[in-house]
Amino acid sequence: MSKQPLLEVKNLKQYFPIKGGVLGRTVNHVKAVDDISFEVYEGETVSIVGESGCGKSTTGRAILRLDEPTAGEVNFDGEDLLSLNKSKMREKRKDLQIIFQDPYASLNPRQTVGQIIEEVLKIQNIGTSSKDRREKIISLLETVGIGAHQVDRYPHEFSGGQRQRIGIARALSVNPKLIICDEAVSALDVSIQAQVLNLLKELQRKFQLTYLFISHDLGVVRHISDRIIVMYLGKVVEISDTQSLFENPQHPYTRALLSAIPSMNFEEEKRERIILTGDVPSPIDPPKGCRFHTRCPYKMERCAIEEPVLNSVSDGQRVACHLVEKGAVDYTKIPVNS
Amino acid sequence: MLTFIIRRFLQIIPVMIGVTLAVFLMMHLIPGDPAQIMAGERADEAQVEQMRENLGLNDPLHEQYLRYVGNAIQGDLGTSIRTNRPVVNEIFDSRIWITIELAFWGTVLAVIFGLIAGIISATRKYSFADVSLMIVALFGMSMPNFWLGIMLIYFFSVNLGWFPIVGWESWKHMVLPVITIGSGGAAIIARMTRSSMLEVLDNDYIRTAHAKGVSERLVVYKHALRNALIPVVTVVGLQFGTLLGGAVITETVFAVNGIGRLVVDAIKARDFPMVQGAILVCAVAFVLVNFLVDIAYRLINKRIDLN
Amino acid sequence: MSKSNNNILEVKNLCTSFFTDEGEVKAVDGVDFFIEKGKTVGIVGESGSGKSITSLSILRLIQEPAGKIVNGEIIFKGENLLEKSKKEMRAIRGNNISMIFQEPMTSLNPTMTCGEQIAESIRIHQKLSRKEAKEKAIEMLKLVGIPSPEKRVKQYPFELSGGMRQRVMIAIALACNPELLIADEPTTALDVTIQAQILDLIRKLQKELGTSLMIITHDLGVVAEMCETVAVMYCGKIVEYADVKTILTNPKHPYTIGLLNSVPRHDQHYEGDLPVIKGSVPSPFNLPKGCRFATRCPHARDICHNQLPELKTMDDGNQVRCWIHTDVWEKQEEEVASNS
Repeated sequence: MSKQPLLEVKNLKQYFPIKGGVLGRTVNHVKAVDDISFEVYEGETVSIVGESGCGKSTTGRAILRLDEPTAGEVNFDGEDLLSLNKSKMREKRKDLQIIFQDPYASLNPRQTVGQIIEEVLKIQNIGTSSKDRREKIISLLETVGIGAHQVDRYPHEFSGGQRQRIGIARALSVNPKLIICDEAVSALDVSIQAQVLNLLKELQRKFQLTYLFISHDLGVVRHISDRIIVMYLGKVVEISDTQSLFENPQHPYTRALLSAIPSMNFEEEKRERIILTGDVPSPIDPPKGCRFHTRCPYKMERCAIEEPVLNSVSDGQRVACHLVEKGAVDYTKIPVNS
Repeated sequence: MLTFIIRRFLQIIPVMIGVTLAVFLMMHLIPGDPAQIMAGERADEAQVEQMRENLGLNDPLHEQYLRYVGNAIQGDLGTSIRTNRPVVNEIFDSRIWITIELAFWGTVLAVIFGLIAGIISATRKYSFADVSLMIVALFGMSMPNFWLGIMLIYFFSVNLGWFPIVGWESWKHMVLPVITIGSGGAAIIARMTRSSMLEVLDNDYIRTAHAKGVSERLVVYKHALRNALIPVVTVVGLQFGTLLGGAVITETVFAVNGIGRLVVDAIKARDFPMVQGAILVCAVAFVLVNFLVDIAYRLINKRIDLN
Repeated sequence: MSKSNNNILEVKNLCTSFFTDEGEVKAVDGVDFFIEKGKTVGIVGESGSGKSITSLSILRLIQEPAGKIVNGEIIFKGENLLEKSKKEMRAIRGNNISMIFQEPMTSLNPTMTCGEQIAESIRIHQKLSRKEAKEKAIEMLKLVGIPSPEKRVKQYPFELSGGMRQRVMIAIALACNPELLIADEPTTALDVTIQAQILDLIRKLQKELGTSLMIITHDLGVVAEMCETVAVMYCGKIVEYADVKTILTNPKHPYTIGLLNSVPRHDQHYEGDLPVIKGSVPSPFNLPKGCRFATRCPHARDICHNQLPELKTMDDGNQVRCWIHTDVWEKQEEEVASNS
C-alpha cells in the first residue's frame, strides 16, 4: 500500500432538494450524505456498510458524479473529480467503474453480450479494429468464467450469477483502477454469491484492482474487505480495519448492527443481543448532536447536543462517539440505559 | 390537498397563456391578409383598410394580443362576421350546452361500457368473452366516427326506424350520436382497464387478500378495481379532448346544432372571430376537465406527490 | 422427531407443477414433512428450490391454470385441505392458517388504510361489526408493537417504514389467532436491525399465542435463531430433513454442507477463498435423471447420475436423500477396492 491514497473523499455532501408548497420551491433537503471523509489506498478493498438510507449507495454514485454532489472534494489519482468538465470526466470514468446490484437492469436487453462490451471499448477508444476488439472481448469473458461460445447471446439467456459476471467483464474492459461494487452480490443466491466473491478477489490479485465495496451484508464484507466504513444516517460513525471492527467494534451502532445478525453458530453460547428500538430517523430532519442518540443504549446528555467527530481509538480504528473519545472502551463494563 | 388544488390551478395559467397565444396567432399565421379575407374578395383598398382599422391590425402585435386577452377575460370574443352577433352569445346561448350534453353522455357511456368490458375481460383472461370483447373493442377504436354514425343511421333509423335520423330534441335523438361519439372512448377504456386490471391482479397485495380468505368477488371489486382505476382516470380525461374533436364530425353527421357544427359552419364562411372563439372555449373546457381529472386522480391515489 | 397425532400439519407427497409453453415444471416434486403443534419448522433453499411454492400450495394459493397441485395430501388437523371446497378453503385462510410474505412494501394494498386491512380479516372470519373490528385492529397494532396505534390505524401503507409495514402484515396474519402461521421470507427485505426486531416479535407472539410456525427462508442465520426442525430443499425435493442443530453443525447431504460452507460469516475469520458449490442450479426443464444435485456434487458417482436416491431415515431419526448414506455406497466402495 502506498502512502498516497488512490481515492480521497473530503467533506462530501449530497443533499437532495425536496420541493413543496404552492410554488414548488425547495422547502427542505434530504441530507443523504452529510460531510463524510475517507481514503482508499491502491490495491485495497474498502467497504461501506450500513442500513438502507444511511447514504452508502449515494456516496458511491456521488464519487462517480452519477448524481452531482452538493459539496466536497473527490480526489482520485491526484485530481479533484468534482472540478473536471464533462469531457474530462468521461475520460476519467475509464479508471473508475461501477457494478450494480441488479445486473439485468444494467444490461441492455437488445444487445448481445459482445455488443455490450464492445460499446464500452469503443467509447473509450480501446482496440484498433473490430477483430482486435472481438479478441479482447472473448478474453475478458473467459477471465470472468464465460465461454467464448456465449459471446453472441443476449442477457436474458444467462442466469443471475452469469449476468453479474458479464457486468464485471464490462467494468474490467477499460482496465479501471477502481471498481465500485454497489451491492454487487446482494441479489445472488448463496452458492452463486460465493463464486462471484471469489472471482472478485481473484481479479483483484490479477489486475491490482482497488475496490470500494458497498454492501449491507456484514458476512460478505468481513470476507472481502481490508478496511470498513460504517455509516449511519449520512455520517461515518466508524472506520476500522476489518479484524478490529468485527472483534472489537467501538461505536454503539456498529455493535448493535453486528449483534443483530442472526448467528449460525451453535457451539458458541447465545450472545447478549442488542435490539435497537424504533426506526432510523428521517434524513430530512436528522437528530441534533450524535445522529444515533435517539436509539443508542448508551446515550449521555451531551450526545443530544454535541456532534462527535471521528477520533482515533487505536491504530487503524477511528470512531465518532463521545464514549470513546479517550480511547477504546470495554463495553461489558458500561451500564446500558433503560 | 388544498395546496395541491391551488398548485394545480396555478399550472393552468401558463397553459392558458399558450392557448390564447395560439388562437390569437392563428389569425396572423394564416396565409394572406386577414383583413382582406374578412372584408371579402371583392372589397376595395379602402374597405380593407377600414377592416384593418376595425380589427386593430395596425397596432403593434403585443398590444393586439393584450387587448384580445383582456376582452376575452371580460367575455368579449368579438363579433361574428356571418351573423353579426357577439361570438359569446352564439356559443353560449345554446350551442355549447348541446355539445356538453353530447360529450357528457358520450363519456358516461364510454366509462360504463369500458369498465364493465375491461373487468370481464381481465377476470376471464383468454376466455371466449375476453377475446370477443377485445375484438369488438379493436373495431370500436379503429372505426372512424363518420362511418359509424352513417352505419348507425342506416341500420337503426332508415331500416329499423327505431330512432330519428337527425336533430336534437328528445332522448331518442340522443341515442345514436352518443353511441357514435362514445364508442371509441369505450373501446380505449375497455382495453386500458383490462391491462391495468391484469397488472394489478398480479400484485403481491392481491395474494395477501386471498391469503386472508377474501372472496374472489371482493378481491376484484374491493382490492383490485380501486388500484386499477388509477391509470384509467387519466385516460378518461384525455378522452374528453378526443370527444370534443369527435363532436365536430358527429354533429355534422347527425345535423346536431352543437359547437362542433358551429365551428364547421364558421370555417366554411371564413368567420374568423367565430372560429377563434369556439376553439378558445373548447380549449378552456379541455383544460378544466383535466384539472378536475387530476383532482379525482389524487383522491383515488393518495400516494402521488406534489411534484 | 417422533411421529404423533400432535401434528398440526402433515404434508404428504406434495407435487405442484407449472405448465408452460416449454413444458411442465415440477416446482415441488414429492415433498413430505410435518409440523408439530407449537413448534417451528424451517424450509431452506435457494431460488428455484420450490420452498415458496410449497408454502403457497398449503394454502392453495397457486394461481391456476398455470400452476396446479397435481398430487399429494395436505393434512391440517386431520383433514385433507386438497379435498376442501373453495368456500371451505376461504374460511381457513387467514383464520386457521395465516401467511406473511417477503415484501412488506408490495404486500399491503396501497389504497386501503392499515386499519381497514386488519379489520377486513376480522370481519370476514369473526363476523364482528365495523366498530368492533376497528377496535380489534387497534388492539392488534398494539400487540405487534406499533406506537400510537390509534393514529396508525388510519394511515396508508406508504406512510409507514418497511419494518412497520411488516408489523402490520403480522397484525393481519395474527388477527384471528391462527393455529399455523406461514412466514415466507419474512425479514429478507428488511434491514438487519429491523430484522432482529421482527424475529423477536414473531418469537414472542408465538410463545404468547401458541401458534405453530413454518418459516421459509434462504438465510441459515434466521433458521438457527428460529427453527427447531429444518427441511433443506433443492430443485423441488427435500434433500435433508433434520433438527436444526444437526443441520447446522453436522449436516449429511453434500448440498447442505456446501451451502453452509459458502455463506460468508460475520462471526468467523478466515483467509483465502470461500469454499463454493461449483456450477449452477440445473434448468427446471432439464433436471438430471438421478440425484438432482449430482451435476454439482463433489462426490457424485455413476449411480448418482442415473438413479434418484430415496429420502432415507437415519438411526437418529433424521432424513437424508443421498446415496452416500446408503448401503449401496459402501458396497460400491468394496467393489472398487476389490477390483483394484
